[in-house]
Amino acid sequence: MGVMGSFKKFFKRMFNKKNARIGIYGPPNAGKTTLANRILRDWTGDAMGSVSHIAHETRRARRREGVTIQSNGGSISLDIIDTPGLATKIDFHEFMELGMNEAESKRRAKEATEGVIEAVKWLENLDGVILVMDATEDPYTQVNVTVIGNMEARNLPLLIVANKTDLPESSATSIREAFPQHPMVAISALEGKNIDTFYDEVAKRFG
Amino acid sequence: MDLVSEDKLAKMQPVEKIRFIIDEVKDGKILVLEKGLTPEEEATLIEMTMTQIEPDDFAGIEMESYPSQTDKSLLGKLLKKNVVRTRLTVIGPANKLKTLKKDRDMISALVSSK
Repeated sequence: MGVMGSFKKFFKRMFNKKNARIGIYGPPNAGKTTLANRILRDWTGDAMGSVSHIAHETRRARRREGVTIQSNGGSISLDIIDTPGLATKIDFHEFMELGMNEAESKRRAKEATEGVIEAVKWLENLDGVILVMDATEDPYTQVNVTVIGNMEARNLPLLIVANKTDLPESSATSIREAFPQHPMVAISALEGKNIDTFYDEVAKRFG
Repeated sequence: MDLVSEDKLAKMQPVEKIRFIIDEVKDGKILVLEKGLTPEEEATLIEMTMTQIEPDDFAGIEMESYPSQTDKSLLGKLLKKNVVRTRLTVIGPANKLKTLKKDRDMISALVSSK
């Protein structure tokens, strides 16, 4: 750790700074809420929200304050914000194709647009981001590029999570190769695979 | 398709840029921005796009930009703000522009005329 880092930790202890606010971001259906649920179940015994195979299940940001994570013999306390999936387009027809009726699909689409706005607004009020990517998908999505760009511009810590490694077609390597300048951990939030390494990284990046 | 020079966008305030892009894209145009948008402007564009979505009318945008490059100067570290070098960006209506493949230095997209 450099001199700046030591000073930062010293002042943080001196003035008892409030918990770091960490946003869980990513495209729809990357597994953000599954990861948020995993974190809360592991450390509070609770859950954050419902999950679904239909995109935009989370349409309101949810915050859980004071989640204490223990790792490497120490502990850190974080405020975790599970954000709605970021997207540049939302077409209600896609929900209809998944069996929803028109009115229901239009309502979901409308709520999803509000959720995206909320997620973008949260970007300005965070101390760090966990960016969840679906390891079965192309990592160069615009959402990933925009979130990473915003964290780099603000000089804020970012941890990339290559999720869904339980699926045979997943490739964490392609995510690592796409964004080599940032730390990445490969997990299955659903099965808890490699989750201890994830907590170690969280403590290292945001502690 | 309109190719927009760096100079044209540089003369606009961020809010004007976003308004210009939204208006053009809602008109059905595909824009190629020579120098792209900053990450903050991209986030604002996404936010503004969401307010414009209308069922059966406008489903949003497709945006393609390369990962930006950050100059991490000492001043940037002290001010907690880095200088980001933006790169070429393509933006169009979601129903006309579709990304086929994208990597660090190549974007393949399909443009439809419907």
